[in-house]
Amino acid sequence: MFDLQSFLNELWIARWAVLFGLGTTVAISALAIVFGSIVGTLVGLALTYGGRFLRLAVRAYTDFVRGTPVLVLVLASYYVMSTVGINLTPFQAGVLALAVFCSSHVGEIVRGALQAIPKGQMEAAKAIGLTFRQTFLWVLLPQALRQILPTWVNTAAEMVKASTLLSVIGVSELLLRTQEIISRNFLSLEFYFFAGALYFVINFGIELFGKYVERKTAVAGQG
Amino acid sequence: MSSLLEIQGLHKRFGTTEVLKGVDCAVRQSEVVAIIGSSGSGKTTLLRCINMLEDFQAGRIVLDGEEIGYETRDGVRRRKSEKEIARQRALTGMAFQQFNLFPHLTAAENVMLGLVKLKRMSRDEARTLAMRWLDRVGLAERADHFPGQLSGGQQQRVAIARAIAMQPKLMLFDEVTSALDPELVGEVLQVIKGLAADGMTMMLVTHEMRFAHEVAGRVIFMNGGVIGEEGNPKKMFLAPQTERLAEFLKSSSFN
Repeated sequence: MFDLQSFLNELWIARWAVLFGLGTTVAISALAIVFGSIVGTLVGLALTYGGRFLRLAVRAYTDFVRGTPVLVLVLASYYVMSTVGINLTPFQAGVLALAVFCSSHVGEIVRGALQAIPKGQMEAAKAIGLTFRQTFLWVLLPQALRQILPTWVNTAAEMVKASTLLSVIGVSELLLRTQEIISRNFLSLEFYFFAGALYFVINFGIELFGKYVERKTAVAGQG
Repeated sequence: MSSLLEIQGLHKRFGTTEVLKGVDCAVRQSEVVAIIGSSGSGKTTLLRCINMLEDFQAGRIVLDGEEIGYETRDGVRRRKSEKEIARQRALTGMAFQQFNLFPHLTAAENVMLGLVKLKRMSRDEARTLAMRWLDRVGLAERADHFPGQLSGGQQQRVAIARAIAMQPKLMLFDEVTSALDPELVGEVLQVIKGLAADGMTMMLVTHEMRFAHEVAGRVIFMNGGVIGEEGNPKKMFLAPQTERLAEFLKSSSFN
Protein backbone atom coordinates (compact mmCIF):
# COMPACT_ATOMS: atom_id res chain seq x y z
CA MET A 1 0.00 0.00 0.00
CA PHE A 2 1.40 3.40 -0.93
CA ASP A 3 1.75 5.62 2.09
CA LEU A 4 2.87 9.11 1.08
CA GLN A 5 3.56 10.18 4.63
CA SER A 6 5.99 7.39 5.40
CA PHE A 7 7.64 7.65 1.98
CA LEU A 8 8.33 11.34 2.47
CA ASN A 9 9.56 10.58 5.93
CA GLU A 10 11.98 7.92 4.68
CA LEU A 11 13.03 10.14 1.80
CA TRP A 12 13.92 12.88 4.24
CA ILE A 13 16.01 10.46 6.26
CA ALA A 14 17.75 9.23 3.12
CA ARG A 15 18.06 12.65 1.51
CA TRP A 16 21.88 12.85 1.61
CA ALA A 17 22.29 9.34 0.33
CA VAL A 18 19.97 10.10 -2.59
CA LEU A 19 21.71 13.38 -3.33
CA PHE A 20 25.18 11.86 -3.25
CA GLY A 21 24.00 9.04 -5.45
CA LEU A 22 22.50 11.49 -7.88
CA GLY A 23 25.65 13.60 -7.82
CA THR A 24 27.83 10.57 -8.51
CA THR A 25 25.63 9.47 -11.39
CA VAL A 26 25.72 12.93 -12.93
CA ALA A 27 29.47 13.29 -12.39
CA ILE A 28 30.30 9.88 -13.88
CA SER A 29 27.99 10.38 -16.83
CA ALA A 30 29.28 13.88 -17.51
CA LEU A 31 32.94 12.80 -17.35
CA ALA A 32 32.27 9.78 -19.54
CA ILE A 33 30.37 11.87 -22.08
CA VAL A 34 33.02 14.59 -22.20
CA PHE A 35 36.02 12.25 -22.51
CA GLY A 36 34.11 9.85 -24.72
CA SER A 37 33.09 12.66 -27.05
CA ILE A 38 36.62 14.04 -27.33
CA VAL A 39 38.14 10.63 -28.02
CA GLY A 40 35.15 9.76 -30.21
CA THR A 41 35.71 12.83 -32.38
CA LEU A 42 39.30 11.72 -32.92
CA VAL A 43 38.06 8.20 -33.64
CA GLY A 44 35.62 9.56 -36.21
CA LEU A 45 38.35 11.68 -37.81
CA ALA A 46 40.68 8.69 -38.01
CA LEU A 47 37.93 6.53 -39.52
CA THR A 48 37.16 9.15 -42.16
CA TYR A 49 40.50 10.68 -43.06
CA GLY A 50 43.11 8.34 -41.57
CA GLY A 51 45.58 6.29 -43.61
CA ARG A 52 44.80 2.67 -44.26
CA PHE A 53 46.71 1.35 -41.24
CA LEU A 54 45.27 3.86 -38.79
CA ARG A 55 41.78 3.28 -40.14
CA LEU A 56 42.10 -0.46 -39.71
CA ALA A 57 43.39 -0.15 -36.14
CA VAL A 58 40.66 2.29 -35.11
CA ARG A 59 38.01 0.25 -36.89
CA ALA A 60 39.10 -2.81 -34.88
CA TYR A 61 38.83 -0.76 -31.68
CA THR A 62 35.32 0.53 -32.34
CA ASP A 63 34.00 -2.80 -33.60
CA PHE A 64 35.45 -4.59 -30.59
CA VAL A 65 34.05 -2.11 -28.09
CA ARG A 66 30.67 -1.90 -29.76
CA GLY A 67 30.42 -5.66 -29.86
CA THR A 68 31.09 -5.98 -26.14
CA PRO A 69 28.37 -5.63 -23.49
CA VAL A 70 28.92 -2.53 -21.37
CA LEU A 71 28.82 -4.67 -18.24
CA VAL A 72 31.82 -6.61 -19.52
CA LEU A 73 33.67 -3.35 -20.19
CA VAL A 74 32.88 -2.21 -16.66
CA LEU A 75 34.08 -5.44 -15.07
CA ALA A 76 37.16 -5.50 -17.29
CA SER A 77 38.25 -1.98 -16.51
CA TYR A 78 37.94 -2.65 -12.80
CA TYR A 79 39.26 -6.20 -12.45
CA VAL A 80 41.51 -6.65 -15.49
CA MET A 81 43.33 -3.35 -15.28
CA SER A 82 44.57 -4.20 -11.80
CA THR A 83 46.21 -7.39 -13.10
CA VAL A 84 48.45 -5.28 -15.32
CA GLY A 85 49.38 -3.02 -12.44
CA ILE A 86 46.93 -0.19 -13.04
CA ASN A 87 44.86 0.17 -9.90
CA LEU A 88 41.80 2.28 -10.45
CA THR A 89 39.20 3.24 -7.91
CA PRO A 90 35.71 2.00 -8.79
CA PHE A 91 34.83 5.55 -9.78
CA GLN A 92 37.82 5.87 -12.13
CA ALA A 93 37.27 2.42 -13.60
CA GLY A 94 33.63 3.28 -14.18
CA VAL A 95 34.45 6.53 -15.98
CA LEU A 96 37.04 4.69 -18.09
CA ALA A 97 34.63 1.95 -19.12
CA LEU A 98 31.82 4.33 -20.00
CA ALA A 99 34.14 6.75 -21.80
CA VAL A 100 35.51 3.93 -23.94
CA PHE A 101 31.98 2.77 -24.69
CA CYS A 102 30.92 6.34 -25.46
CA SER A 103 33.95 6.99 -27.71
CA SER A 104 33.14 4.06 -29.97
CA HIS A 105 29.57 5.26 -30.44
CA VAL A 106 30.49 8.91 -30.89
CA GLY A 107 33.22 7.80 -33.31
CA GLU A 108 30.66 6.13 -35.53
CA ILE A 109 28.31 9.11 -35.32
CA VAL A 110 31.12 11.52 -36.22
CA ARG A 111 32.28 9.30 -39.08
CA GLY A 112 28.78 9.14 -40.49
CA ALA A 113 28.30 12.90 -40.23
CA LEU A 114 31.64 13.69 -41.82
CA GLN A 115 31.05 11.28 -44.67
CA ALA A 116 27.64 12.81 -45.32
CA ILE A 117 29.25 16.18 -46.07
CA PRO A 118 29.59 16.56 -49.85
CA LYS A 119 33.14 16.23 -51.17
CA GLY A 120 32.83 19.67 -52.73
CA GLN A 121 32.97 21.30 -49.29
CA MET A 122 36.46 20.00 -48.67
CA GLU A 123 37.50 20.97 -52.20
CA ALA A 124 36.13 24.48 -51.90
CA ALA A 125 37.98 24.93 -48.61
CA LYS A 126 41.18 23.60 -50.16
CA ALA A 127 40.76 25.88 -53.16
CA ILE A 128 40.68 28.92 -50.88
CA GLY A 129 43.93 27.71 -49.36
CA LEU A 130 42.74 26.43 -45.98
CA THR A 131 44.85 23.72 -44.37
CA PHE A 132 43.19 20.49 -43.26
CA ARG A 133 43.03 21.66 -39.65
CA GLN A 134 41.37 24.93 -40.66
CA THR A 135 39.02 23.12 -43.01
CA PHE A 136 37.98 20.73 -40.26
CA LEU A 137 37.46 23.44 -37.65
CA TRP A 138 35.64 26.02 -39.76
CA VAL A 139 33.96 24.09 -42.54
CA LEU A 140 33.49 20.40 -41.73
CA LEU A 141 32.95 20.37 -37.96
CA PRO A 142 30.24 23.07 -37.88
CA GLN A 143 28.30 21.18 -40.52
CA ALA A 144 28.91 17.79 -38.92
CA LEU A 145 27.83 19.04 -35.49
CA ARG A 146 24.33 19.78 -36.71
CA GLN A 147 24.09 16.22 -38.00
CA ILE A 148 25.68 14.76 -34.89
CA LEU A 149 23.61 16.53 -32.28
CA PRO A 150 20.36 14.50 -32.29
CA THR A 151 22.17 11.15 -32.22
CA TRP A 152 24.69 12.43 -29.74
CA VAL A 153 21.88 13.32 -27.35
CA ASN A 154 20.71 9.71 -27.55
CA THR A 155 24.19 8.46 -26.79
CA ALA A 156 24.51 10.81 -23.83
CA ALA A 157 21.23 9.49 -22.44
CA GLU A 158 22.51 5.93 -22.98
CA MET A 159 25.57 6.80 -20.90
CA VAL A 160 23.42 7.95 -18.00
CA LYS A 161 21.46 4.70 -18.13
CA ALA A 162 24.62 2.61 -18.50
CA SER A 163 26.06 4.26 -15.40
CA THR A 164 23.69 2.08 -13.34
CA LEU A 165 25.91 -0.89 -14.25
CA LEU A 166 28.67 0.61 -12.15
CA SER A 167 26.78 -0.49 -9.06
CA VAL A 168 28.26 -3.97 -9.59
CA ILE A 169 31.80 -2.71 -8.98
CA GLY A 170 30.67 -0.76 -5.96
CA VAL A 171 30.36 2.77 -7.26
CA SER A 172 27.86 4.50 -5.02
CA GLU A 173 25.79 5.95 -7.79
CA LEU A 174 22.07 6.53 -7.68
CA LEU A 175 20.99 2.92 -8.19
CA LEU A 176 23.30 1.44 -5.56
CA ARG A 177 22.33 4.13 -3.07
CA THR A 178 18.68 3.43 -3.78
CA GLN A 179 19.18 -0.27 -3.18
CA GLU A 180 20.92 0.47 0.09
CA ILE A 181 18.04 2.70 1.15
CA ILE A 182 15.50 0.06 0.23
CA SER A 183 17.38 -2.60 2.18
CA ARG A 184 16.85 -0.41 5.22
CA ASN A 185 13.22 0.63 4.84
CA PHE A 186 11.80 -1.98 2.41
CA LEU A 187 9.92 0.70 0.44
CA SER A 188 11.07 -0.88 -2.79
CA LEU A 189 8.19 0.26 -4.99
CA GLU A 190 8.43 3.89 -3.87
CA PHE A 191 12.17 4.25 -4.03
CA TYR A 192 12.69 2.44 -7.33
CA PHE A 193 10.03 4.68 -8.82
CA PHE A 194 11.68 7.68 -7.32
CA ALA A 195 15.09 6.68 -8.70
CA GLY A 196 13.50 6.05 -12.09
CA ALA A 197 11.99 9.52 -12.00
CA LEU A 198 15.39 11.05 -11.24
CA TYR A 199 16.97 9.26 -14.21
CA PHE A 200 14.15 10.52 -16.34
CA VAL A 201 14.74 14.08 -15.17
CA ILE A 202 18.46 13.87 -16.04
CA ASN A 203 17.79 12.49 -19.51
CA PHE A 204 14.94 14.88 -20.14
CA GLY A 205 17.32 17.68 -19.23
CA ILE A 206 19.87 16.39 -21.74
CA GLU A 207 17.17 16.22 -24.39
CA LEU A 208 16.01 19.78 -23.70
CA PHE A 209 19.61 20.93 -23.86
CA GLY A 210 20.01 19.19 -27.23
CA LYS A 211 16.84 20.78 -28.58
CA TYR A 212 18.02 24.16 -27.36
CA VAL A 213 21.40 23.83 -29.09
CA GLU A 214 19.68 22.54 -32.24
CA ARG A 215 17.48 25.61 -32.34
CA LYS A 216 20.41 27.91 -31.66
CA THR A 217 22.48 26.45 -34.49
CA ALA A 218 19.71 26.06 -37.04
CA VAL A 219 20.63 27.50 -40.42
CA ALA A 220 18.05 29.33 -42.47
CA GLY A 221 17.29 27.79 -45.83
CA GLN A 222 18.29 24.29 -44.78
CA GLY A 223 15.81 21.50 -44.23
CA MET B 1 56.19 38.51 -72.64
CA SER B 2 56.72 35.65 -70.20
CA SER B 3 53.88 33.43 -69.08
CA LEU B 4 52.04 33.58 -65.79
CA LEU B 5 51.30 29.89 -65.98
CA GLU B 6 53.39 27.29 -67.69
CA ILE B 7 52.49 23.62 -67.95
CA GLN B 8 54.97 21.12 -69.33
CA GLY B 9 54.43 17.45 -70.05
CA LEU B 10 51.56 17.04 -67.60
CA HIS B 11 50.60 13.41 -67.04
CA LYS B 12 47.78 12.31 -64.78
CA ARG B 13 46.61 8.78 -64.07
CA PHE B 14 43.59 7.56 -62.11
CA GLY B 15 44.74 4.06 -61.25
CA THR B 16 45.63 2.59 -64.61
CA THR B 17 43.58 5.03 -66.67
CA GLU B 18 45.68 7.81 -68.10
CA VAL B 19 43.57 10.95 -68.23
CA LEU B 20 46.21 13.50 -69.18
CA LYS B 21 48.81 12.22 -71.59
CA GLY B 22 51.30 15.01 -71.78
CA VAL B 23 49.76 18.46 -71.80
CA ASP B 24 51.86 21.53 -72.60
CA CYS B 25 50.44 24.98 -72.48
CA ALA B 26 51.09 28.47 -71.23
CA VAL B 27 48.86 31.31 -70.14
CA ARG B 28 49.96 34.94 -70.22
CA GLN B 29 49.03 37.59 -67.70
CA SER B 30 45.46 38.86 -68.26
CA GLU B 31 44.73 36.18 -70.81
CA VAL B 32 41.36 34.44 -70.87
CA VAL B 33 41.63 30.84 -71.99
CA ALA B 34 38.59 28.67 -72.58
CA ILE B 35 39.05 24.92 -72.41
CA ILE B 36 36.53 22.92 -74.40
CA GLY B 37 36.19 19.27 -75.29
CA SER B 38 33.86 16.34 -74.84
CA SER B 39 33.43 14.76 -71.40
CA GLY B 40 36.32 12.53 -70.45
CA SER B 41 38.76 14.52 -72.52
CA GLY B 42 40.58 15.65 -69.38
CA LYS B 43 39.65 19.33 -69.36
CA THR B 44 38.35 19.45 -65.79
CA THR B 45 41.24 17.28 -64.60
CA LEU B 46 43.68 19.73 -66.18
CA LEU B 47 42.10 22.56 -64.24
CA ARG B 48 42.11 20.59 -60.99
CA CYS B 49 45.79 19.74 -61.32
CA ILE B 50 46.68 23.43 -61.46
CA ASN B 51 45.55 23.93 -57.86
CA MET B 52 46.48 20.43 -56.70
CA LEU B 53 42.96 19.20 -56.14
CA GLU B 54 44.40 16.31 -58.13
CA ASP B 55 47.90 14.94 -57.75
CA PHE B 56 49.74 14.33 -60.99
CA GLN B 57 52.39 11.79 -61.83
CA ALA B 58 54.67 13.63 -64.22
CA GLY B 59 55.25 17.06 -65.61
CA ARG B 60 55.63 20.53 -64.20
CA ILE B 61 53.18 23.32 -63.48
CA VAL B 62 54.83 26.66 -62.85
CA LEU B 63 52.71 29.58 -61.68
CA ASP B 64 54.37 32.97 -61.51
CA GLY B 65 57.78 31.35 -61.20
CA GLU B 66 56.73 28.85 -58.51
CA GLU B 67 56.60 25.15 -59.18
CA ILE B 68 53.19 23.93 -58.02
CA GLY B 69 52.76 20.87 -55.84
CA TYR B 70 56.05 19.08 -56.38
CA GLU B 71 59.75 19.70 -56.04
CA THR B 72 62.68 17.80 -57.40
CA ARG B 73 65.65 17.46 -55.10
CA ASP B 74 68.66 15.28 -55.93
CA GLY B 75 66.76 13.93 -58.89
CA VAL B 76 63.86 12.74 -56.72
CA ARG B 77 60.43 14.21 -57.34
CA ARG B 78 58.37 14.59 -54.22
CA ARG B 79 55.12 16.21 -53.21
CA LYS B 80 55.50 19.41 -51.28
CA SER B 81 54.27 19.59 -47.68
CA GLU B 82 50.51 19.98 -47.14
CA LYS B 83 51.11 23.38 -45.65
CA GLU B 84 53.08 24.54 -48.67
CA ILE B 85 50.46 23.14 -51.04
CA ALA B 86 47.72 24.94 -49.09
CA ARG B 87 49.66 28.19 -49.50
CA GLN B 88 50.08 27.57 -53.22
CA ARG B 89 46.39 26.79 -53.66
CA ALA B 90 45.63 30.31 -52.49
CA LEU B 91 47.57 31.62 -55.50
CA THR B 92 44.71 30.42 -57.66
CA GLY B 93 41.00 30.84 -57.14
CA MET B 94 38.47 28.28 -58.24
CA ALA B 95 34.76 28.27 -58.94
CA PHE B 96 33.02 24.91 -59.15
CA GLN B 97 30.16 23.45 -61.11
CA GLN B 98 28.24 22.80 -57.89
CA PHE B 99 29.14 26.19 -56.31
CA ASN B 100 30.22 24.47 -53.07
CA LEU B 101 29.30 27.37 -50.83
CA PHE B 102 29.57 26.64 -47.13
CA PRO B 103 25.91 26.15 -46.18
CA HIS B 104 26.34 27.09 -42.51
CA LEU B 105 27.74 30.53 -43.34
CA THR B 106 26.00 33.56 -44.84
CA ALA B 107 27.06 34.87 -48.23
CA ALA B 108 29.27 37.49 -46.58
CA GLU B 109 30.77 34.95 -44.16
CA ASN B 110 31.55 32.63 -47.07
CA VAL B 111 33.62 35.39 -48.63
CA MET B 112 35.14 36.38 -45.28
CA LEU B 113 36.35 32.96 -44.15
CA GLY B 114 39.56 32.92 -46.19
CA LEU B 115 40.22 36.58 -45.50
CA VAL B 116 39.99 36.10 -41.75
CA LYS B 117 41.68 32.72 -41.44
CA LEU B 118 44.38 33.07 -44.09
CA LYS B 119 44.90 36.76 -44.72
CA ARG B 120 44.56 37.41 -40.99
CA MET B 121 42.19 40.32 -41.47
CA SER B 122 39.99 41.56 -38.66
CA ARG B 123 36.32 40.70 -39.07
CA ASP B 124 35.52 44.34 -39.85
CA GLU B 125 38.15 44.61 -42.55
CA ALA B 126 37.09 41.29 -44.03
CA ARG B 127 33.44 42.30 -43.94
CA THR B 128 34.18 45.55 -45.76
CA LEU B 129 36.11 43.74 -48.46
CA ALA B 130 33.50 41.00 -48.72
CA MET B 131 30.77 43.59 -49.17
CA ARG B 132 32.77 45.22 -51.93
CA TRP B 133 33.04 41.95 -53.83
CA LEU B 134 29.43 41.00 -53.21
CA ASP B 135 28.44 44.38 -54.54
CA ARG B 136 30.63 43.73 -57.53
CA VAL B 137 28.71 40.53 -58.35
CA GLY B 138 25.46 42.36 -57.67
CA LEU B 139 24.58 40.68 -54.38
CA ALA B 140 25.31 43.25 -51.69
CA GLU B 141 21.71 43.16 -50.51
CA ARG B 142 21.90 39.36 -50.14
CA ALA B 143 25.02 39.47 -47.95
CA ASP B 144 23.32 38.07 -44.86
CA HIS B 145 21.40 35.32 -46.61
CA PHE B 146 22.45 31.72 -46.28
CA PRO B 147 23.25 29.75 -49.45
CA GLY B 148 20.03 27.77 -49.03
CA GLN B 149 18.09 31.02 -49.45
CA LEU B 150 19.79 31.96 -52.72
CA SER B 151 19.12 30.87 -56.29
CA GLY B 152 21.72 28.83 -58.14
CA GLY B 153 22.90 31.82 -60.11
CA GLN B 154 23.22 33.89 -56.94
CA GLN B 155 25.10 31.09 -55.19
CA GLN B 156 27.54 30.84 -58.07
CA ARG B 157 28.14 34.57 -57.99
CA VAL B 158 28.85 34.41 -54.26
CA ALA B 159 31.24 31.53 -54.93
CA ILE B 160 33.06 33.63 -57.51
CA ALA B 161 33.23 36.56 -55.08
CA ARG B 162 34.63 34.20 -52.44
CA ALA B 163 37.41 33.11 -54.79
CA ILE B 164 38.20 36.57 -56.16
CA ALA B 165 38.33 38.21 -52.73
CA MET B 166 41.47 36.19 -52.02
CA GLN B 167 43.13 38.07 -54.89
CA PRO B 168 44.36 35.04 -56.79
CA LYS B 169 46.83 35.43 -59.62
CA LEU B 170 44.78 33.06 -61.72
CA MET B 171 41.07 32.20 -61.66
CA LEU B 172 39.89 28.74 -62.60
CA PHE B 173 36.27 28.22 -63.61
CA ASP B 174 35.10 24.63 -63.79
CA GLU B 175 31.87 24.44 -65.79
CA VAL B 176 30.38 27.12 -63.58
CA THR B 177 27.14 27.38 -65.55
CA SER B 178 26.46 23.66 -66.15
CA ALA B 179 24.32 23.20 -63.05
CA LEU B 180 22.26 26.34 -63.63
CA ASP B 181 18.83 26.81 -65.12
CA PRO B 182 19.20 28.42 -68.54
CA GLU B 183 17.74 31.73 -67.41
CA LEU B 184 20.35 32.01 -64.65
CA VAL B 185 23.36 31.39 -66.87
CA GLY B 186 23.50 34.95 -68.15
CA GLU B 187 24.02 36.64 -64.78
CA VAL B 188 27.02 34.42 -64.03
CA LEU B 189 28.58 34.90 -67.43
CA GLN B 190 28.11 38.64 -67.03
CA VAL B 191 30.21 38.55 -63.85
CA ILE B 192 32.95 36.57 -65.58
CA LYS B 193 32.94 38.97 -68.49
CA GLY B 194 33.39 41.86 -66.07
CA LEU B 195 36.39 40.17 -64.49
CA ALA B 196 37.91 39.57 -67.90
CA ALA B 197 37.51 43.25 -68.68
CA ASP B 198 39.40 44.02 -65.46
CA GLY B 199 42.35 42.03 -66.69
CA MET B 200 41.95 38.99 -64.46
CA THR B 201 43.83 35.98 -65.83
CA MET B 202 41.36 33.16 -66.24
CA MET B 203 41.04 29.61 -67.44
CA LEU B 204 37.54 28.35 -67.91
CA VAL B 205 36.27 24.93 -68.70
CA THR B 206 32.97 25.50 -70.41
CA HIS B 207 30.24 24.09 -72.58
CA GLU B 208 29.06 27.55 -73.53
CA MET B 209 30.64 27.76 -76.96
CA ARG B 210 29.09 31.12 -77.68
CA PHE B 211 30.53 32.49 -74.46
CA ALA B 212 33.97 31.01 -75.13
CA HIS B 213 33.83 32.60 -78.54
CA GLU B 214 32.90 35.94 -77.08
CA VAL B 215 35.13 36.27 -74.06
CA ALA B 216 38.15 34.03 -74.57
CA GLY B 217 41.31 35.26 -76.21
CA ARG B 218 42.32 31.70 -76.87
CA VAL B 219 40.57 28.34 -76.92
CA ILE B 220 42.12 25.01 -76.04
CA PHE B 221 40.38 21.96 -77.40
CA MET B 222 41.13 18.91 -75.25
CA ASN B 223 40.87 15.57 -76.94
CA GLY B 224 41.74 12.21 -75.38
CA GLY B 225 44.04 13.66 -72.72
CA VAL B 226 46.06 15.92 -74.98
CA ILE B 227 45.53 19.32 -76.53
CA GLY B 228 43.89 18.59 -79.85
CA GLU B 229 43.94 22.09 -81.17
CA GLU B 230 44.35 25.57 -79.81
CA GLY B 231 44.20 29.09 -81.04
CA ASN B 232 42.06 32.10 -81.67
CA PRO B 233 38.39 31.25 -81.07
CA LYS B 234 37.16 32.96 -84.19
CA LYS B 235 39.50 31.02 -86.43
CA MET B 236 39.01 27.76 -84.55
CA PHE B 237 35.26 27.81 -84.55
CA LEU B 238 34.92 28.91 -88.14
CA ALA B 239 37.69 26.81 -89.62
CA PRO B 240 38.65 23.91 -87.36
CA GLN B 241 41.93 22.35 -88.44
CA THR B 242 41.24 18.88 -87.11
CA GLU B 243 38.39 16.57 -87.92
CA ARG B 244 37.84 15.86 -84.21
CA LEU B 245 37.19 19.51 -83.43
CA ALA B 246 34.93 19.91 -86.43
CA GLU B 247 32.90 16.95 -85.18
CA PHE B 248 32.82 18.30 -81.64
CA LEU B 249 31.64 21.72 -82.74
CA LYS B 250 28.96 20.20 -84.91
CA SER B 251 27.56 18.25 -81.96
CA SER B 252 27.78 21.15 -79.53
CA SER B 253 25.33 23.98 -79.27
CA PHE B 254 27.49 26.41 -81.20
CA ASN B 255 26.46 26.86 -84.79
